[in-house]
Amino acid sequence: MSRQLSASAARVWAMLLRYLYLLRSSWPRTLELLYWPTLQMLIWGFMSQFLYSNSSYVYRAFGVLLAAVMLWDVLFRGQLGLSMSFLEEMWARNLGHLFVTPLRPYEWVLSLLSMSVIRVLLGLLPAALLAIPLYHYSIFSMGLPLLAFFAVLLVLGWALGLAICGLILRQGMGAEGLAWTVVFTLSPISCVYYPVSILPDWLQHIAWALPATYVFEGMRSVLFSGVFRTDYLATALLLNILYLAGGAWFFFASFHNARRRGALLQMGE
Amino acid sequence: MAGLAVKVDNLVKRYPSAVAVDGISFTVARGATAALLGGNGAGKTTTLSILLGLLLPTAGKVYVLGEDMLRRRYLVLPRMNFSSPFVDLPHRLTVRQNLLIYARLYGLPRRAERIEKLASDLQIADFLERPAGKLSAGQKTRVALAKALLNEPELLLLDEPTASLDPDTGDWVRGYLEAWRARTGATILMASHNMSEVERLCSDVMMMKAGRIVDRGGPQALIARYGRTNLEEVFLHIAREPRIHLEAAK
Repeated sequence: MSRQLSASAARVWAMLLRYLYLLRSSWPRTLELLYWPTLQMLIWGFMSQFLYSNSSYVYRAFGVLLAAVMLWDVLFRGQLGLSMSFLEEMWARNLGHLFVTPLRPYEWVLSLLSMSVIRVLLGLLPAALLAIPLYHYSIFSMGLPLLAFFAVLLVLGWALGLAICGLILRQGMGAEGLAWTVVFTLSPISCVYYPVSILPDWLQHIAWALPATYVFEGMRSVLFSGVFRTDYLATALLLNILYLAGGAWFFFASFHNARRRGALLQMGE
Repeated sequence: MAGLAVKVDNLVKRYPSAVAVDGISFTVARGATAALLGGNGAGKTTTLSILLGLLLPTAGKVYVLGEDMLRRRYLVLPRMNFSSPFVDLPHRLTVRQNLLIYARLYGLPRRAERIEKLASDLQIADFLERPAGKLSAGQKTRVALAKALLNEPELLLLDEPTASLDPDTGDWVRGYLEAWRARTGATILMASHNMSEVERLCSDVMMMKAGRIVDRGGPQALIARYGRTNLEEVFLHIAREPRIHLEAAK
């Protein structure tokens, strides 16, 4: 059993190594990873400085917009990080090689999830650290709740990413564009920058079905009143389990479907 | 079953618009070099894909190295491998990085040593540090073979192993495969269009047409049976004779 486990871990590491080699092989891609979160942080940092003296909302907690933009990026980069590594295999038409080895689909997924964490950290850490000297704001001052928010958003990003990859396995590369855009449909109803009470009543019901909404409401609660809403966290975790189970189920069902259609050898650009 | 590397029983692969493999049964003895020979759309690549576990059949049974490939493929996959010039290794990684990743996926010990040995045998040492996408067709074929031999497979499946190679490189690859099989006692099953290659390498030829095996035998036996002078003429006769398909259906 332990030998099987260590063989499995070795295959996950092999795939992770492949994605790290790919990342290292192209400096523009690495730069792209760092560029966007830092740019976002700069824009929202200046906006926060402006609003600090012109808006009571930002005046109550200077970091509310900066924290929101960085946490939103955890969700976005978590999903994109997973989807990008998956797309690398599609672009390289590599599934035919990978799945004649002992690599199991779940091991591949574990490597995609690990790579997603690496991409999120590589993208966000420089931006978060740069905000400290530039705006005298540290997102890390949120303390342990930050870790909880990070985990919930990352897992939601994985759920979305797996569902999108499943769709690409079923529909082919025509669905590639969804990897870049689908997450943005969640942005307005996740209430990243404004409280959920702003939404019309009927839309609030949909918003509360998203784990991200609990995170952003919870973040505002920590920043404005110093209260960490554990009830929000519990609901978000519960919803996340459902979303992740749904995303994983769809991915593995699509993988099985691709084996039935013979798409593993043909899948590519 | 003990003496068999492959046993296929009444294999069917049906798509909504076509039947790719239509109830074929065959065996390949351990240590043999066998070929699936047929025109485009005959069902060769589909059969290989099912043997590799990449494609699920509609019906039938597939045993590889004594294991049920449909239920226990993870017991068999470490003992077999595959090479095709139509499926490149990832372009952006260097040859060494690609081989290292696959060596890890197969859980090989002493990976660097194994890669050096194969690089020397297959004459790819000079471009181990080059991105796989920047190799010539001949170099890519040799690198793909190195990947396929990393785990010292007991069964090697090859799809058109010398397609798009110049005659000299093609001959070198055939020579290497012959020597490798003789040295290791492994089994080779290949799909090919290249008649002279099949005549030279294979002891057992299965002629496929429209998803069925329409004839089978050693190259010389097939040539004699059809009263021809070489395997290419046998191939053309089978490809152009509609009754052969009908007889196989019966």
